[in-house]
Amino acid sequence: MTRRLLDYGESAVLLECADLAEALSLAAPARALPAVAEVVPGARTLLLRLSAPLAPADRERLLVLPGSPPEDGSDEVRRIPVVYDGDDLSEVAERTGLSTEEVVAAHTGQTWTVGFCGFAPGFGYLFGEHDRLRVPRRSTPRTRVPAGAVGLADSWSGVYPRPGPGGWQLIGRTDVALWDLDRQPPALFQPGARVQFLVAGP
Amino acid sequence: MTDSPADHRRAERVLLVEQPGPLALLQDLGRPGQAHLGVSPSGAADRSAHRLANRLVGNREDAVTIEVTLGGLVLRAAATTFVAVTGAPTQLRLSGRPTSSHCTVALRPGDRLAVEAPARGLRSYLAVRGGIVAPATLGSCSRDVLVGLGPEPLRAGDLLAVGRPAGPLPDTDLAPTSPPATTLRLLPGPRRDWFDHQAWSKLLGTPWTVASELDRVAVRLQGERLERREQSELPSEGLIRGAVQVPASGQPLIFLTDHPVTGGYPVIAVVTERSCDLAAQLRPGDAVRFRG
Repeated sequence: MTRRLLDYGESAVLLECADLAEALSLAAPARALPAVAEVVPGARTLLLRLSAPLAPADRERLLVLPGSPPEDGSDEVRRIPVVYDGDDLSEVAERTGLSTEEVVAAHTGQTWTVGFCGFAPGFGYLFGEHDRLRVPRRSTPRTRVPAGAVGLADSWSGVYPRPGPGGWQLIGRTDVALWDLDRQPPALFQPGARVQFLVAGP
Repeated sequence: MTDSPADHRRAERVLLVEQPGPLALLQDLGRPGQAHLGVSPSGAADRSAHRLANRLVGNREDAVTIEVTLGGLVLRAAATTFVAVTGAPTQLRLSGRPTSSHCTVALRPGDRLAVEAPARGLRSYLAVRGGIVAPATLGSCSRDVLVGLGPEPLRAGDLLAVGRPAGPLPDTDLAPTSPPATTLRLLPGPRRDWFDHQAWSKLLGTPWTVASELDRVAVRLQGERLERREQSELPSEGLIRGAVQVPASGQPLIFLTDHPVTGGYPVIAVVTERSCDLAAQLRPGDAVRFRG
């Protein structure tokens, strides 16, 4: 699919990309355009908030702009120790045709990348290197998921930054604080950041 | 907006909240620029009313005000100060004497100011000369009701601190009021082409009723069902204030300032900046129309 630029009201445009990887690679180059005040990645788009109307030349440029490697301020991989004892671990195993040990191995055996944030402050949608852990959301969301719960939905993985309702399949939990207002920035997972899950216990 | 702990200590505690009413929140112009971390802009739902209240008492436009939903707020002054109430036109009572919104009101120590429920419109904004001082979260004192960031809703017994005036009182102490309008202007949204050809004319040509579930996140509308042409699932994409999203029900909603940062339903249209302020004044049962 080719890139498209879609109008989004008086002061924003939506850049639709071929996929999430392309969208992430365009975040920094798009932010460098003078009229672009903010870039918000989605699952295959970049929302560009504008401080001034986009010049026709910039509209054209966005459609052909080459990507650059996603940047999150560091090359550091965030290491997240997980206790794999989630309530949905056996269901995930059933649905993927794997054993629970193989689910854990598939989750820890790849590097994940934060695609975009949403749902709650600091909640990142992480995409992996393959699709072996693809599972649907729970048909009935839980009314309360604890902070630190590690989940799967579609081909995404994510960690709940704080307690709240949630519909993802839970496979484990971590003690790492995903959202800390005393940290700058408070979100540990920012778009483009790479994440490695590790086995912390049974 | 003053936010350092030192400023907080230096500020005078000037106003006592005797009754908060149904919902009274501290608001400024929000925390823009952090949506990529999952943080909504938040801030005053009716931006122009918030700015006007501040101008009437000689504040910077981004000073913290109280967003009063459906009146009911009662304050007692501990020191001499000036306040102004804008937004939904409403009656004020100053120690029992009626006075009106949209003008500068002098308070003396011991005065009690009550903001009555507006006859039309939903949200009033009370600015205090010098601006309310509160601890900031991520650069703003706004309460985001969707994710619970920022100061808690006001409660009876809260003491509000006020900072130093930023400038002189304005020459005028009276601003014109306009009754809340119910025709909103919109522009095509990024996913207009996901809907059948009748959806756009239905959106513009038929009346809509504001549903009862109403908050700072969205105004939900009831009316004719908007049908989709494209049935596939939309990968989540960025949302903005004013986005008119159509969920599975086919009944559109207008996102307000505490909107989620991303969403997975198509945005058919976007309400203009000015009309977003009007949308923030809609109340359940109001009839709404859109124009292009």
